[in-house]
Parts: sequence; C-alpha cells; structure tokens
Amino acid sequence: MTIPCRFIVNGSAVSGSFPPMRRLLDVLRGECGLTATKEGCGEGECGSCAVLLDDTLVNSCLVPIADVNGREVTTLEGLPKDDPLFAAFAATGGTQCGICTPGMIMAARALLNDCLRPDLSQTREALSGNLCRCTGYGGIYAAIRTASGQGE
Amino acid sequence: MRWYAPRKLHEALALLTERPDLIPIAGGTDIMVGRDPRACGHDYLSLANVAALRGIRETPAGVAIGALATMTEIGRHPIVCRALPALAASARATGAFAIQNRATLGGNIMNASPAADNAPVLLAYGASVSLMSVARLRHVPYENFHSGYKVTVRRPEEILGEIFVPYAPLGARHYFRKVGTRRAQAISKVGLAALLVGRPGAWERVRFGFSSVAATPILACALAATITGTARGLPDDEGLAEALGRDLAARDDIRSTAEYRRRIALNLVREALAPWRHQGGCDAGQ
Repeated sequence: MTIPCRFIVNGSAVSGSFPPMRRLLDVLRGECGLTATKEGCGEGECGSCAVLLDDTLVNSCLVPIADVNGREVTTLEGLPKDDPLFAAFAATGGTQCGICTPGMIMAARALLNDCLRPDLSQTREALSGNLCRCTGYGGIYAAIRTASGQGE
Repeated sequence: MRWYAPRKLHEALALLTERPDLIPIAGGTDIMVGRDPRACGHDYLSLANVAALRGIRETPAGVAIGALATMTEIGRHPIVCRALPALAASARATGAFAIQNRATLGGNIMNASPAADNAPVLLAYGASVSLMSVARLRHVPYENFHSGYKVTVRRPEEILGEIFVPYAPLGARHYFRKVGTRRAQAISKVGLAALLVGRPGAWERVRFGFSSVAATPILACALAATITGTARGLPDDEGLAEALGRDLAARDDIRSTAEYRRRIALNLVREALAPWRHQGGCDAGQ
C-alpha cells in the first residue's frame, strides 16, 4: 500500500505516493535525485544521511516518509552556495574522501543555526553523531571555527 | 502495509481497541533500524501527530513528561535540568543530536531494551507511567513496568500517556553514568543511576537503577537493603559485590562480558557512594 505525501525539499514542492515506511533517505536519493545525502550505516550511527527536517537535524535513514508529510526538508543541495561552511571545509582540509562531508556540513549548519560561535566542546558534541574515517576530525573542527568567524 | 496517523488521542485509542495488532511508532529511531524496507507484514499506528502526548508539565510533586517528549526537549528543559539533573544527563547521553531530535522518552521505554539509556534514571527517581485505553486509565510504578526481556505490562489496546517523575528531596545526590565503547552513540555496557538521600547509618532513600545487567532494566533492591541495613558507615566492597551479585543477572553478549559488567557495576556503585566513603564510612575506620 502507498499513501499520498506532499512536502517541500529545498524550497520545491514534492508530491507522490509512497510506501509509508520508505526511508526519507531513499526518496531523496531516488525520486528527488538529490544524491549529496549518503547512506553509510543505515542505522543512525554514522550521520552521513543527516538532513534538516523543519530546521532540525535528523538521520534521514531513520525517518519514514509518511512522517515527512506536510513538512520541509533541507539537504546539502539546499544550502546557499555561499554558505561559509563550504569554503571553510575546503580551506582547512575538513574533507578528504567526501563521503561523510554532506552529513558533517548539515550537522555543522544545525549547530551554527543554534549557536553563533560554538566552542570546541560544543562542536565536538554537536558532531558526535557523524563519523569520519579520514580526517581525524581536526580539519572539520577547524572548518567550523573558521566558518563561525573564529579563525586565527 | 497500512499507516494510521491520527491527530486526536481518542482516535488513536479507538483505532488500537479495534486493531490491537497495530505497531505504535513515535520517533522511529529504534523501529526503523534493521527493518527490511520491502517487508510489508505490519500495520503501524503513528503517534507523532497526537499533540496530547507531547509536552513536559511541571506539577507541585514532580514533572509529567508526555510520551512523545524528545531527548532534546528533556535534556534542555530548565526544570528537568535543575530538579532532575540525572534525567537531563541520560537524555543527553542517548544517541547524538540527530537521534535526540527524534527519539522520545516513551519510545525508549516502550522499546523495552534492557540497555534503554533513560531506564536507570526513571528507576532511581521512582517514576510512574500512565497507560490509557478507551475503557480506562491506569498508573503503574515504573519499577513494575518491564515484565521480561523486551516485554512490558502494556496491554495491546493501551497507549503510554505520561511518565511522571517525582522531585527528589533537597540535598539528594543525583548520579548517572553510562559506560559504553565511546561517549556518544554507543549502546551501554552498563548504565547506573542513583538517588541517595541521607547519610550512612541514617539513609532516607537509596535507589539504584541499572541498565544492561539483566534481561530488563532493574532496580537493585538487594544493594539498597545492604546499604541501608548497615548500622555504621558503608558496606565494604565485598559486601557491595555480594549484594550486587543478588541483583544482577549479567550475561556475555556482543557488547561485553558478564564479568566486565559486574566489575564496572561495582565501580559505578563506589563512585555513586564516593561522597560518603571518607566520612564515618568503612574507610574512616581504617
């Protein structure tokens, strides 16, 4: 059985009929063709599928599409091109293989929306649900410091 | 597969009376894990839109937490942070932010994992829960809520309404610690919450709630009885370990071993009791 769902993705209306427990992650990558959002673990451990749902950070692998009905989703593609996080991640070596990067940037964006100038412990807590196997996190924390105007 | 998403509590209750086989789902952070997306054997009752199950209410005797209150809401709530700090701590230790934004307190206890992060604190604080059906409303002490591995006393037609957490007396020690492979995200190897009021030889309240050391979250009654039954000072480590041995039914599993769990449980109990270990306790006599 499918159910009708209407929601907004990155400012555009999406409507369709979906199996209710289909993951938001699969709808974004499939029907919407937005492939920045990655699947890592598929069980909420790694954060690479993180998106904003009504401006709140969620793991899209754990959100049934039926729950998105009437709501608003923001993926990496929906952030402004001049979001300072993009340049900061590039400049500090906050990205290497790139798989975790969209989730990292969404978690960082959620943090900066909540807190203009996070300190290191706030940053570490906010990103603790996002795993990176390349960078060792130093470059990622530096990117957030830079993007929040705390660079040296 | 069918999906019901009522907005009104009475509609949800009526649906569940008619279809007690429906699987209630709230934030989905447990149910969505490991689920085969093609499987269509079950029908779901989404509670996410039932406004009456949301919110955190302050009452003269304690805090009434709607089953749909999220970990983020609980962990940031000013009254919870001030009056029930161990609950704020366990909410902030449940998953990481993206999980905490979706995971609900009701879901954490209804999922009924023995490793539920918030269960020890609810046991230590002496919480109770309300279970509602079309026919009636009943209140169950949380320490009687888990009846076996992943089994609760909820009847199929019942919905969890509120979790009521009474305030602790002034001067109480509120303790919570979760031990896992890392600080964030991990499923606990051992979790302990304690509420301690009084002093050695004159205890008013001693409650220890554990996760991950038995088939359900447990209230450690033998441990509490040994501590309150000691006329002077605190029991020594052997006494604590002996009592814990009667409370715990720790097992080996993929996350840890029974032996490690027993050892860590004792260490956590010692840490919870640390403020009294050098004042008229067994240590003072040495």
